[in-house]
Amino acid sequence: MNPLRLACLLLLLGFVALWLKSPKNPRAAFAYLRWVLLGFAASLILAPFLWLIASAFKDKLVQNEYIFFPPLSEWSGKTMNLDNFRRLFAGDASIQGKVYFWQYVLNSLFLTTTITVLQTLFCSAAGYALAKFQFRGKQALMMFMLGSMMIPSVLLLAPLYEMVVKLGLVDSYAALILPILTVPYGIFLFRQSMVSVPNEMLDAGRIDGASELGIYVRLVMPLVRPMCAAFCLVTFLGNWNAFFAPSVFLHTQDKLTLPVILNLYLGLYRADYGVFLAGTLIAIVPPAVLFFALEREFISGLTSGAVKG
Amino acid sequence: MKQKPPLLFLLPYLLVTAVFMVYPLINAAILAFHQTNGPAARAFVGLANFRYLLTDPTFGQALANTSIFALCSVLVQLPLSMGLALLLNSGKGWARGLLRLVLFSPNLVGQIFVGVLFSVLFTPRYGLVNQFLQALLGWGLEKQWLNDPALVMPAIVIAALWLYVGFNMIYFLAALQGVDKSLEEAARVDGANRFQVFLHVTLPSMRHVVVFVVVTSLIGSYQLFELPLALLSQSNGRGPDNAGLTVVTYLYDAAFITGDLGLGSAVGWMVAFIIFSLSLAQIKLARVAED
Repeated sequence: MNPLRLACLLLLLGFVALWLKSPKNPRAAFAYLRWVLLGFAASLILAPFLWLIASAFKDKLVQNEYIFFPPLSEWSGKTMNLDNFRRLFAGDASIQGKVYFWQYVLNSLFLTTTITVLQTLFCSAAGYALAKFQFRGKQALMMFMLGSMMIPSVLLLAPLYEMVVKLGLVDSYAALILPILTVPYGIFLFRQSMVSVPNEMLDAGRIDGASELGIYVRLVMPLVRPMCAAFCLVTFLGNWNAFFAPSVFLHTQDKLTLPVILNLYLGLYRADYGVFLAGTLIAIVPPAVLFFALEREFISGLTSGAVKG
Repeated sequence: MKQKPPLLFLLPYLLVTAVFMVYPLINAAILAFHQTNGPAARAFVGLANFRYLLTDPTFGQALANTSIFALCSVLVQLPLSMGLALLLNSGKGWARGLLRLVLFSPNLVGQIFVGVLFSVLFTPRYGLVNQFLQALLGWGLEKQWLNDPALVMPAIVIAALWLYVGFNMIYFLAALQGVDKSLEEAARVDGANRFQVFLHVTLPSMRHVVVFVVVTSLIGSYQLFELPLALLSQSNGRGPDNAGLTVVTYLYDAAFITGDLGLGSAVGWMVAFIIFSLSLAQIKLARVAED
């Protein structure tokens, strides 16, 4: 009987005991079972994270000796250390000279932040136009935009690559940023949340002499802050984890992003996986930080944003 | 009252769409009838790309693998997401919020990173999955998940399950909040058991969300690429005997490894056709759900 099966058996016995205590009204037994099942699911979700952290800090020699962390009595510089990180940060030899791991982190941060900021700006602008202006061809434009959401990005990659080569943009971040300055679903989201902004408010702004740009920046955008935060989060996550286009468009070592380099490390450090797991651990920190930071932004945005209008 | 189009706000969208969507889309249509050697050289081949795809057993296998994955997403992953949503829905307080956060957390990790992580978790004898299954069921310690053609798809499904089960749960959880409690109570009073109430009252009243989640899961499944690419990096993302080859991996290999952007575009149109059909089905189903 191993510890895992023993735990399962004990938890099951708990359910049976609760059931037998009041067989007519098994409400307590079911409530107990619910938390056991949820706890089990949560453990299954968390176990790979725990394992990732343990493997990143375990020494190469004891990597397979303990499932997660070594027992406290075995805990020393020989079993737990920063060797994996040291080797990760030692740098890769390349034609451009030595490239250090923090270079990929910076590349990913720069590229993702730029795309997130520009996409939020241009998508919200187009969404505002479609939400609050009446003009010829608006219906057709809306239909076209909604229809274009069905086009899979993989269909456009081959012709985009051809175009990028012809324009001489291969191996540049412009090739990754320009095509997604606006995305249809982002425009759609901003349009949906801006439709409910009262026209009287915009007219009042116009009477006060505000420019159209000023109304959009100072009146409309603050009202959709919760949506904006959510969109930024989704955009950041999606682009932080983007692999297909960067792996095709970027060639030189010192321009690569984290998903691309970690996929390469899989082959490079096959026998020494602590190194690329340390890299993976670093790669999931920024999205996690942003997620927890914006969770609060969500709530404060929801409660304060609309009241000001 | 018609105004001038607000060009200041629309111009970026119009420019980006014209240059980086409409123009490439037209080019994708032209490319599909050509064979190319990288972006430089191309030759007109008519329908040969599509004819080749329809007779290529490897593409057939890619299509079959991807369809199996899509089916597993709907038949395994979504019921589990729904189950978790139901378990969480009746809970209260901080534990509920915490569990929701925990179950959602894998979504912060991208497909490539999940592939990297699980390629080690599936290691024979030492991998976490192998050790867990051995301890619980007494099976699987030495299983070569990523080298055994029969186990490659299950491995991809398990990794995707870990990644997405909490994501779809969030949708179901939101939909469950909108279900009319008094209807459920009434059915309970009439003598229906928990399962009957769920099947005949709860599920029908959240059918819009169910249709949406099923269709978006299918659309996402047919574009599966990065997860198997990293997970099966030892076999270039294909798996032993192409057991883990997906349609988009096939496209990636054809267009960017072999350099035939024409064949790649032809595969792209196949993917577009599948997604278009699924989207139409969604619109049809949503109409039916209205009645």
